[in-house]
Amino acid sequence: MRRPLRQRLAHGRRIAAVLLSSQYAYMLEYRAEIVLWALSGVLPFIMLGLWSAVDAGGGLGMGPLQLARYFLAAFVVRQFTIVWVMYTFEEDNLNGRLSPYLLQPLPLVWRYVAAHLSEQVTRLPFVALLVGLFFLLYPAAFWWPSLSSLLLGMLATLAAFALRFLMQFTLTMVCFWSEKASALERLLYLPYLYLSGLVAPLALYPEGVRNVAFWTPFPYMIDVPARILAGETVPVGQSFAAMAAWAALFLPINLLLWRRGLRHYSAMGA
Amino acid sequence: MAIVCAQGLGKTYRVADKQPGLANTLRHFVSRRERTIEAVREVSFSIEPGEFVGFLGANGAGKTTTLKMLTGLIHPTSGTVEVAGCLPHRRQAAFLGQITLVMGQKQQLIWDLPPLDSLRVNAAVYGIPPAESRRRIEELAEMLELGDELRRPVRKLSLGQRMKAELLAALLHRPAVLFLDEPTLGLDVNAQARVRSFLADYNRRFGATVLLTSHYMADITALCPRVLLIHEGRLFYDGGLETLTQRLAPCREVRLELHEPMGAGAFVSYGEVEAIQGREVRLLIPRERLTEQVGRLLADHAVVDLSISDPPIEDIIGRLFHQGALA
Repeated sequence: MRRPLRQRLAHGRRIAAVLLSSQYAYMLEYRAEIVLWALSGVLPFIMLGLWSAVDAGGGLGMGPLQLARYFLAAFVVRQFTIVWVMYTFEEDNLNGRLSPYLLQPLPLVWRYVAAHLSEQVTRLPFVALLVGLFFLLYPAAFWWPSLSSLLLGMLATLAAFALRFLMQFTLTMVCFWSEKASALERLLYLPYLYLSGLVAPLALYPEGVRNVAFWTPFPYMIDVPARILAGETVPVGQSFAAMAAWAALFLPINLLLWRRGLRHYSAMGA
Repeated sequence: MAIVCAQGLGKTYRVADKQPGLANTLRHFVSRRERTIEAVREVSFSIEPGEFVGFLGANGAGKTTTLKMLTGLIHPTSGTVEVAGCLPHRRQAAFLGQITLVMGQKQQLIWDLPPLDSLRVNAAVYGIPPAESRRRIEELAEMLELGDELRRPVRKLSLGQRMKAELLAALLHRPAVLFLDEPTLGLDVNAQARVRSFLADYNRRFGATVLLTSHYMADITALCPRVLLIHEGRLFYDGGLETLTQRLAPCREVRLELHEPMGAGAFVSYGEVEAIQGREVRLLIPRERLTEQVGRLLADHAVVDLSISDPPIEDIIGRLFHQGALA
């Protein structure tokens, strides 16, 4: 017999709180590694230097301040949308750690979601430090996003994380059939890098490429939230609708692959 | 009514079949060959609530595969299985809340945190109220003789302490059916004895049903009045341990360290000479003649050291199957 909704919600809240706090404690044990990961995400700053040099003549159509703010926002968005579920899942599968989790009455995905969210919280102070350092070195670029831009930007970043997580978790299901499924993610990293806006704002791309890019899920993972945070005009409704549409496409595929994968699961290493 | 019921259970796997060498590697890359392995074949048995059953077999006999099917981790290729009134592979919450699987070499505890953190997660996942979970942790910790260890990072615990903490984590939700796969593997003799006495106590106190696999005959003899014996995926024996012991291990292994090396001929009158290496001799002596023969050995030879043990169960089973004793 199903428990009343209120009881189920309270149960869910307790699981969330305990999972998040234990995962946060676990991440704190690896804080030095997380700092290094945060530092390794400075690609947008390198691209800023590169594009600033290219734009010395001012022919790109984006002012230097606009460019600096975009790349700073892209750095922040990237830090909070990093997803590594495939690598952890693959390792757990190969080492036989998946089996004890599969035998508990909690969908496995929530453990990984909690791990990612806890890692983001651990990452937060270091990201703030790097942002502060950026403004110290480049004070002219300082800006406060408006409250609406900030809230919308945060929402878009959260949605971008959710979409990226869902996409990667769907690919992760290949782990049930292949021991090296993470190669797929490495392959997908290229279009992600190019089309997400991490190496350049999509506004700088030729119109044809830009149009194609917006038919993929990648621009919504960096470009759109970064531009919202940088205070640029973005078709917000259309962007959120596109993210919802991609999620609606991936979710059933994910559930289907999960069910099929479990049938195929051989409990390796256990 | 049986709490575990398997009928004609079978599982086949497809595995890659590759020969060594560069040419074979390239051949395998172009044209991958696979073969089918029948890990479990037509296995049927049932277990009543509260029973403590040993599950024996050599490595690769199909024990772990059977346990994985009983817990719902893998789907059977053929046959049916029902545990606690549920179909395991459906992995419904009602089923998962009633079972546990402990694997000696695998862990569910978070490596870098104290076991108490993992226990807190388990309590939340299984919906055990905080006060009740504290009470259960205290009770189980006392039974397992665990104290401060629960507040130390798992990576800092000894193998024995870690195994006990794993058991605590696996039993916090008080499952009705325990599947234990080599829970004493790698533990020293004292830790093995403590885990054994805990399992016996748990079975008595909570009326839990236990299916235990172990390579240590001592685990089986101490805990399991009934045993299942599996070989090459087939169930060969289902019955009392005593009958099986008489059929399987009528002898005990006597290890001698002599003052000086001697030939095998000097020992044939005491029992079967298993091996002689330098000053070390291994003999198999029938149980009923053990005292008499050990007395003779000590009187007849200059013995520096002597130990008596059950031969490894794997050896006994292997030898018996080789001889066709159970076929």
